[in-house]
Amino acid sequence: MLAASDLGQFDSFRPKRFAQRFGLDPFLAVLLLVTGGFGLVILYSASGHSNQMVLRQGIHFILGLTAMGLVSTCRRDTIIKLTPFLYVFATLMLLLVLLIGVGAKGAQRWLDLPGIPQFQPSELMKIALPAMISWWLTRNPIPPTVIHLLIAAVLIALPVGLIARQPDLGTSIIIAGSGFFVIFLAGISWRLLGLLLATGLASLPVLWSVMHDYQRTRVMTLFDPQSDPLGAGWNTIQAMTALGSGGLFGKGYSLGTQAQLKFLPESHTDFIVAVLGEEMGFFGICMLLLLFSLILGRCIVLTLRAESHFGRLLSGSITLTFFAYVFVNLGMVSGVLPVVGVPLPLISYGGTSVVSLLVGFGLIMAMQRTNRVLSGEP
Amino acid sequence: MELRTGVPERRLIGQRVLIAAFCGVCLLMLLLTRLIWLQLIEHERFVTASEANRLQTIPIGPARGLILDRNGLVLAENTPRLRVSVVPEESDDLEAFIDAVRERITLTDAEFSGFQKNLKSRRRPRDPVILKEIIGDEEAAILAVDAYQFPELRLEARPTRSYPFGRLTSHSLGYVGRLSSGELQNIDQRRYSGTEMIGKIGVEKAYENALLGQVGIERVETSARGQIMRSIERQEPVPGDNIKLHLDIGLQAKLYDILGDRRGAVVALDPRNGGIMALVSAPSFDANIFTHGLSNADYRRLEEDSSNPLFNRALRGQYPPGSTLKPMLGMVGLHYGSVNWKTEIRDRGYFQIEGIEHKYRDWKKWGHGRVNLEKAIIESCDTYFYEAAVRLGIDQMAEGMGLFGFGRRMGQDIVGELPGILPSREWKRSARKEAWYLGETVIAGIGQGSWVTTPLQLATATMVMARRGNFIAPHYSTRLDDDSGRRVNLASTLDWERMIDAMENVFHGERGTARGSAKNLKYRIAGKTGTVQVVGIAQEEEYEESELKKRFRDHALFIGFAPADSPSLVIALILENGGSGGSTAAPIARKIFDYWLLDRNEGERPPDIPYVLGVNDELARRPNAGGI
Repeated sequence: MLAASDLGQFDSFRPKRFAQRFGLDPFLAVLLLVTGGFGLVILYSASGHSNQMVLRQGIHFILGLTAMGLVSTCRRDTIIKLTPFLYVFATLMLLLVLLIGVGAKGAQRWLDLPGIPQFQPSELMKIALPAMISWWLTRNPIPPTVIHLLIAAVLIALPVGLIARQPDLGTSIIIAGSGFFVIFLAGISWRLLGLLLATGLASLPVLWSVMHDYQRTRVMTLFDPQSDPLGAGWNTIQAMTALGSGGLFGKGYSLGTQAQLKFLPESHTDFIVAVLGEEMGFFGICMLLLLFSLILGRCIVLTLRAESHFGRLLSGSITLTFFAYVFVNLGMVSGVLPVVGVPLPLISYGGTSVVSLLVGFGLIMAMQRTNRVLSGEP
Repeated sequence: MELRTGVPERRLIGQRVLIAAFCGVCLLMLLLTRLIWLQLIEHERFVTASEANRLQTIPIGPARGLILDRNGLVLAENTPRLRVSVVPEESDDLEAFIDAVRERITLTDAEFSGFQKNLKSRRRPRDPVILKEIIGDEEAAILAVDAYQFPELRLEARPTRSYPFGRLTSHSLGYVGRLSSGELQNIDQRRYSGTEMIGKIGVEKAYENALLGQVGIERVETSARGQIMRSIERQEPVPGDNIKLHLDIGLQAKLYDILGDRRGAVVALDPRNGGIMALVSAPSFDANIFTHGLSNADYRRLEEDSSNPLFNRALRGQYPPGSTLKPMLGMVGLHYGSVNWKTEIRDRGYFQIEGIEHKYRDWKKWGHGRVNLEKAIIESCDTYFYEAAVRLGIDQMAEGMGLFGFGRRMGQDIVGELPGILPSREWKRSARKEAWYLGETVIAGIGQGSWVTTPLQLATATMVMARRGNFIAPHYSTRLDDDSGRRVNLASTLDWERMIDAMENVFHGERGTARGSAKNLKYRIAGKTGTVQVVGIAQEEEYEESELKKRFRDHALFIGFAPADSPSLVIALILENGGSGGSTAAPIARKIFDYWLLDRNEGERPPDIPYVLGVNDELARRPNAGGI
């Protein structure tokens, strides 16, 4: 279903048009490619020159891009129709994780089913939940009424609770956030928002009391990392030392002593940006922030351009969630947020998160294409 | 599906997106500010922190100096021994690991509890905790084969102090031990930063400063796990000085061999320079067990041993000198004019202070008859010296005898000696807060009463006799040799020679107390025997030596030197509960002199090492050898 104008110019090959035929947004796609490539460069140093890790991450990235391309060609209507089923499926998977999941370090996050590779159902939920909330709110009048909001809250609370039980505090907060972003974008009244925030603040002590001890220590360490420099404060102190000692231009690629001598924990996953900051300095981090800002900026433009409410809400939520990842990760590494185990999108090593992230971008793009087609064929 | 493309809703959502974007920009600014603070403003501070992380200065302990005997034989050396330790942070299952170790090597309860204690105490993360201080080669091999299975296992070769002649040298060399917390406060901690051991006693302590050496340092880059990645600079340690002693390990072994099972002490000095050639305290112990990490239980066992192997009898044993001091006392009497060579007394077997009934008995019940100074030395007449002591008076006696070194520590490089007691009016006033009685002067004349001396003091005083009135302080190391000595201004040269003649007749004379040991003597010994009572014998009470329990038998003493006219060996010998000096101590002294002057040809021939080692092994086999 292509617009006639598009077909007319098809014989003379133009990459932009070609990309658009498949639903890709060329600007965003190039940005993602550049950022991903930059991530692989950092990963090579952060992993201690592990070709294998870079190769695997590269494969994940290509898989993700492929998935993005596929998703971007999907019809919006199909996506909307599939949303409730996807949500139910992901929720069931989460239940299954609690029953037969596998994992390490006391957390049960993975599902190991015969015939398919191990995966984390919570990654699926990262897409399914904002889509579900967008679906629910756009079925009803906007801005939503209190009743609809309450139902939306239940829809959010169910998977979030399941993920928190694994326990995976970081992911559950991010996913709760993605649901909340939809509600926020759907135009929840400021009064209600204020009330919600107040309730949230009031429930903090409750949250504190149900938190695991190690989670509490992490929060406490944020306020005084030196209180336990060899235990809970170690990560924060070493990350700050890595960043700080990098200075303006860094110690040089692969020459960071904090990372290469393994003082920096999780240097190829959650704390990878500290490696960048140590080896390429403030300059290197600014480069990365610039790339992220361009991606975010483009996503905002695409969100505003999306024609349907569902598309706008979903695109907006995905964009804000992406931003939340970036902010929480950088805040954690630079010592302004507690250590919650959130990877840096597109940069940190890890297969599922790259794929789910790029699928998200594919959805944003899909929301564009369908609109264009619809507007071409009213 | 109902499509909602209403304009107001669209505007609302667009508004919200822009609000969110604005918040995002603010948050990004916040992050940027934080990064500017970290990377630009506080940059220097974090550079320092990361350097401190990366660089470590590792002290390198210097090799401790060797201790050599007079022939250059090594008495104390550093041998590499393997130590087993654990890095608990690298262990997945510490208990399983300990069990696995126990299957392969023996781990005593003491070692295990020590390990658990150290495990709980404060330490830097990834610092190894010692599991077993020293393991033998065989156990090391068994453990090394499986080492790859245990990432937490550390097997490190460390130089450990060892004493190849074990029990033979323990009382003179002393030993090194782990630095105690008290010692840590009194030393230059930087100098000891690479050293765990310090000289605790003996030569090891006296020469601690010279033996220690200079610590080296190595600056290394380390990983977070403490692995050394590369060396950045290295300053080599300077090994400690070697210390050469006068000690002759052959003579030392011979003395232990001759003493056999007896408890006692021998000090042998070289009268030409004051060097300590042998210092024997029997029974002895093996100092190696101290450097190998001694458990409290083992230490207690050593300490509670009734024959007291840890007690250094030669330096700390306080024995009444008895008749052995008669030659010195004679010299003091001659000096002050209270006796001369012609002075004669009539000995009826006892001495009485005028107007007092109490009889001070001679060892010979019916007396020695008419006795002059010479005969009093040869036959060891007590009555003569009771009389001489009273004539001399305690103050002059104390002053004169003090010149021989009695009543004070010899000092020099001798650690842990006791001063003994040289009785005097003043001593009694200050030490016992009592007045002096004339009766005490009488018994002081035969070296009893409050008199106590150490074997080292007796040997030193004998050396003054051998040097004809020239005092030289005894010492272990050849570093302290000093030929000058100090003139003891007592009597005349002629008097010294005459006194030595009398001492020769103790052996060679017809009535000498040691004449029984003088058969076929090819050289001349000048000596004096002594027999001291361990318990007081009541007046008029007959006693039979054999009836007394062994522990109450007299101590047998001997002092002497040979060859008499140009002495090369001075000895002082004490056998605890040995019986009489003449019958027990003198024959042993003869054997010692025979060995030194005939078998070893004045010690010029090198010692027979297999023999020396054999004696050491023999000592280890004895039940009362202080062994573990």
